[in-house]
Amino acid sequence: MSLKLTLKKKPTVPVEAESICPDKMEGLGLKDIAALPVHHGNETTTVGDFFKVTGKSNGEIRLEGDTSRFKMVGAAMSKGRILIKGSIGQHVGVAMSGGEIVVTKNADNWVGPEMSGGRIIVKGNAGHMVGCAYRGGQVGVTGGEIIVHGNAGNEIGNTMRDGLIAIGGNSGDFTGVGMLAGTVIVLGKMGQRNGAAMKRGTIVSMEDAEMLPTFTYACSYRPNFLRLYLRHLHDLGLPIKDSWIGGSYHRWSGDSIELNRGEALIFDR
Amino acid sequence: MRIKSTEIVDTFAEAFEMWGTRMIITADAPEWADAAARSVTGFATSVIGCKCEAGVERVLSPDETPDGRPGVSVLLFAFDPDGVANRLVERIGQCVMTCPTTACFNGLEAKKNVVVGGKLRYFGDGYQIGKRLDGARFWRIPVMDGEFVVTDRFGVQAAVGGGNILISGTSSAACLSAAKAATAAMREVPGVILPFPGGVVRSGSKVGSKYKELPASSNQAYCPTLRGFVPQTNVAKGVGCVLEIVIDGLDLKAVEEAMQRGLHAAVKPGIKQISAGNYGGDLGKYHIGLHGLVGGKVA
Repeated sequence: MSLKLTLKKKPTVPVEAESICPDKMEGLGLKDIAALPVHHGNETTTVGDFFKVTGKSNGEIRLEGDTSRFKMVGAAMSKGRILIKGSIGQHVGVAMSGGEIVVTKNADNWVGPEMSGGRIIVKGNAGHMVGCAYRGGQVGVTGGEIIVHGNAGNEIGNTMRDGLIAIGGNSGDFTGVGMLAGTVIVLGKMGQRNGAAMKRGTIVSMEDAEMLPTFTYACSYRPNFLRLYLRHLHDLGLPIKDSWIGGSYHRWSGDSIELNRGEALIFDR
Repeated sequence: MRIKSTEIVDTFAEAFEMWGTRMIITADAPEWADAAARSVTGFATSVIGCKCEAGVERVLSPDETPDGRPGVSVLLFAFDPDGVANRLVERIGQCVMTCPTTACFNGLEAKKNVVVGGKLRYFGDGYQIGKRLDGARFWRIPVMDGEFVVTDRFGVQAAVGGGNILISGTSSAACLSAAKAATAAMREVPGVILPFPGGVVRSGSKVGSKYKELPASSNQAYCPTLRGFVPQTNVAKGVGCVLEIVIDGLDLKAVEEAMQRGLHAAVKPGIKQISAGNYGGDLGKYHIGLHGLVGGKVA
């Protein structure tokens, strides 16, 4: 039986709810969980002020109700699972290193910033800055996976150094900007200026993309490694076509204003 | 003990502890996976002369391989983990990476791992790309048909080498027929290989030689042509041919099961005796008794 947090009062302003995390709720009784602090605007309140707490902690936390104003859920999470039956606010899974977060609807901006492990699955859309470094930070995601079934906004994977970000729909501008390594896969169409200032890493898209003039075309070929990624994403429920798995891709190298060791692979129709 | 007209000698196979691994070779088409597998298992019959023993475990369908392409499962054995690692680097580098369209993946989850792709990556001369997916690291090495994908580390585990049966028959034809049936039955067992040509060896050896520089030499006790004048012979009256099948496996149970199946399959007209090779029991860690196998005893 999982621990169930049912929203009883929708907050009027966003709530910072770092305490909603398996690491912080492990071993606590229902009263203690309800007493954990959350920050509602400039007030320190408790989990129990917003949620009815039932069930028993077995490593999984279920959030029910409109939690779209709850921020930082799963912050620094290292294990367990959070199932969010609805939408979630900004910074979900920030700095997480393990476990899994599943959002059945949409996620706001900053999904999994600076995460190093684990997996975040968003069944709907995600906002801007998925898997990024915070402003002023040098390195974004260093491991783990972020899987968005719908669309995502700008700057997906900004300065990521390892790990996988997959977008089932379209992505906004500056996808993979400043990437240091890692892999971003967009099944739909990307916006403008993708891979700008990337040093290493891989950006993949199944739709045509306009590349920056600082990227150089190499060839059309069949990247075997991509089969591993696409089969993995298929197993995670993304609608991967057979033609993508065995298909050819245009390879672009860039960004030449940096190391020029990055690559963009655009599906060759 | 007899099965039909064949005597099962009351003796045991003396097998040794080795270290083993499994590699999964894939390619765009089955023939290229097969070509790489044949090459990577070449000159790998005996660890004494070839530094390792290797063979094809089985052919894999696309839905059984990591990248969804046709594949071949290959087992490789050596004396120790470092020996396995060195042979993998040499053989994957020379025989798999060179073969068009192939990729090579670790096929053994084990507590101990050895670095393979992490060494082969240097062939990329700085243009290689490392990736990590679902906890496993692999390398993309640029080659002339695109990229060679190889797993960073391969699992190794303590294994069993040198399981064997000796088939003594009235003629070469009878022995070959029995050996063919036995090897076919043994190959049905997962986790084993038969490292010799066609799974069969005719030059059974003993430890040492009258020539000091040789670590092994022909086992005269099983040579039918020497039956008349060697001090001790194991060739029964009427036997004109002896063939040995050597089995290496990832664990004792697999080796025993293969020996058991092979032993029963080798019982055919013209086969007078089935025995096993040992060194008196002082060298090998595992003693696999033939009568126990006939009785259904498997680890």
